[in-house]
Amino acid sequence: MKTAVAPPVPTSLGERLTGRVSKGALHLAVVGIALLWLVPSLGLLVTSFRTRAAIAQSGWWTAVGKGGWTVDNYTQVLTRGDLPPPGFASNFVNSLVITVPSTILPIVIAALAAYAFAWMRFPGRDWIFLGIVALLVIPLQVTWVPVLQIFNRLRLTGSFLGLWLAHTGYGLPFAIFLLRNFFVQLPRELFESAKVDGASDLKVFLRIVLPLSVPVIASLAIFQFLWVWNDLMNALIYLQDPGKAPLTVGIRNLLGQYGNEWHLLASGAFISLSIPLLVFFSLQRYFVRGITAGAVKG
Amino acid sequence: MSLSARGVALPLETRPRAARQRRTRNWRPWVWVLPALALLAVFLVWPVVRTVWVSFYDGTIINPDREFVGLDNYTELLTADQFFVRYNLPPWSALFNSALWVVLFTSAVVGFGLLIAVLADRVRYERVAKAIVFLPLVISATAASVVFRFLYAADPEIGLLNAMWTTISPFAPVPWLGRPELVNFTLIGAAVWIWTGLAMTILSAAYKALPQEVLEAARVDGATAWQTFRRVSIPMMKGPIIVVAVTMIINALKAIDLVLVMTAGGPRGSSRIVGFTVFWEIFNNNKAGKGSAAAVLLLVLMIPLMWYQLRQIRGERGGA
Repeated sequence: MKTAVAPPVPTSLGERLTGRVSKGALHLAVVGIALLWLVPSLGLLVTSFRTRAAIAQSGWWTAVGKGGWTVDNYTQVLTRGDLPPPGFASNFVNSLVITVPSTILPIVIAALAAYAFAWMRFPGRDWIFLGIVALLVIPLQVTWVPVLQIFNRLRLTGSFLGLWLAHTGYGLPFAIFLLRNFFVQLPRELFESAKVDGASDLKVFLRIVLPLSVPVIASLAIFQFLWVWNDLMNALIYLQDPGKAPLTVGIRNLLGQYGNEWHLLASGAFISLSIPLLVFFSLQRYFVRGITAGAVKG
Repeated sequence: MSLSARGVALPLETRPRAARQRRTRNWRPWVWVLPALALLAVFLVWPVVRTVWVSFYDGTIINPDREFVGLDNYTELLTADQFFVRYNLPPWSALFNSALWVVLFTSAVVGFGLLIAVLADRVRYERVAKAIVFLPLVISATAASVVFRFLYAADPEIGLLNAMWTTISPFAPVPWLGRPELVNFTLIGAAVWIWTGLAMTILSAAYKALPQEVLEAARVDGATAWQTFRRVSIPMMKGPIIVVAVTMIINALKAIDLVLVMTAGGPRGSSRIVGFTVFWEIFNNNKAGKGSAAAVLLLVLMIPLMWYQLRQIRGERGGA
């Protein structure tokens, strides 16, 4: 085929030149876009290592070769308890306390449900599953007043437990959706042979389904972890106690009180980014796999 | 049909199989789904019902259904200047701003995502370029707000955008977040920066999955790179493009924390969007009913998208 219709090979000088130019334009475009996405956060990163005086004197883009570098911003933000109380070190601990249970709980509960939706039969199963998928688009704005009322009645407002439960409820539709779609693709023979050997559903779930689902559970764990770690609104609304505030709330308060103290804002922001960036760089492939599994179907 | 799949593998002669099977069928699966259903009921299903109820009442956060007021919250909302301006043009109002977000944000994210997916595919440093665009997706909207307040800072010695603006133009620095006619565009810019990585990832996977023979055939027939892209690649990627667009429309409607942290709806209410109005009416003005009415409107706007997603999934299952 290729010999029948010869593909145009650039032979003349002019053609080679246009090839070179379009290759150059391509690199220019890709590098330009990458810079467009990199520069905003790069500026803040550079700023987080400059002294307050240096920041006030000159733009970060002129900082190379000049003095005024410091790590003091980070020690200040982490040790001063007054900016804003209880301080960023406590905010960091609170973020962990909020995020870890809020990641584990929904995955466990969703995995159980997803197994039933994939491999058990009960009346209304498919309709209930579709109903759960429909819940995916519910804006959380709709839930705040009623959930807060329930929490007030149960004295859960301002407690970590309340926030854990809320994040679990909010995370379930996506978790069930993702896991059920994965479980259902597992080969049927796997289940049949196990059942013939007399294995219970629980045994099949623990010994066969879970081990095979490690990659998808890892993707899900990353999503849920980041979603909770990065959450501002639910922490703001359900955890009204400032002593329990996570990093996102801490940064918002810092912006409110010290909106022009860029040495503090920049280092505070990067402290809150440290964990997500760590997760991203160590687990990047699970990320991409999870996104494409959730969105693109074959 | 697939009794063996769920199978209770018992000797047929010792147990009345059908009866036992039915009893198992009745309660066992429910134990597996019950914790999930209970939490979903408390945190998502009941709140929807309750919020619709509360939207017909005048009340506070503590006492949301103090007094029945019928449709007052809705009429108040739809005639309030900051939600739906009828007299001033252009109407910088929550509904109008949300529409602006849906159109501009969605098209910019899909456009950029597609552009990067296709261009990066042809360079050797594709992974690095894509990782850079992806990064904003993992940080919080709160941290992104700090990034962009810094970029947009009015002082040209601090904000890069104003440094560039004052260099290339003879004009004074612009308070990018402080002008009613600009603020929505600058906020949308930050949101596009955050979400393009998601579109890029999905569209890149779809682009790489295109059958090479078809693209090759187009090329052999003398189509230019642009023609191949426009007439062959894009139509074949229609499915994933729509999926991304619908996801982004949902994100645009739900958006809130970026607006709350960057501008708190200002200046003078000009950057309010519907999702933000819900929060502001409930928690800043302590008007649970009015906020709930805005939430119900948000929900109504979501219904076509919900319907679309459900159809997708049912179709997917029918095909499988």
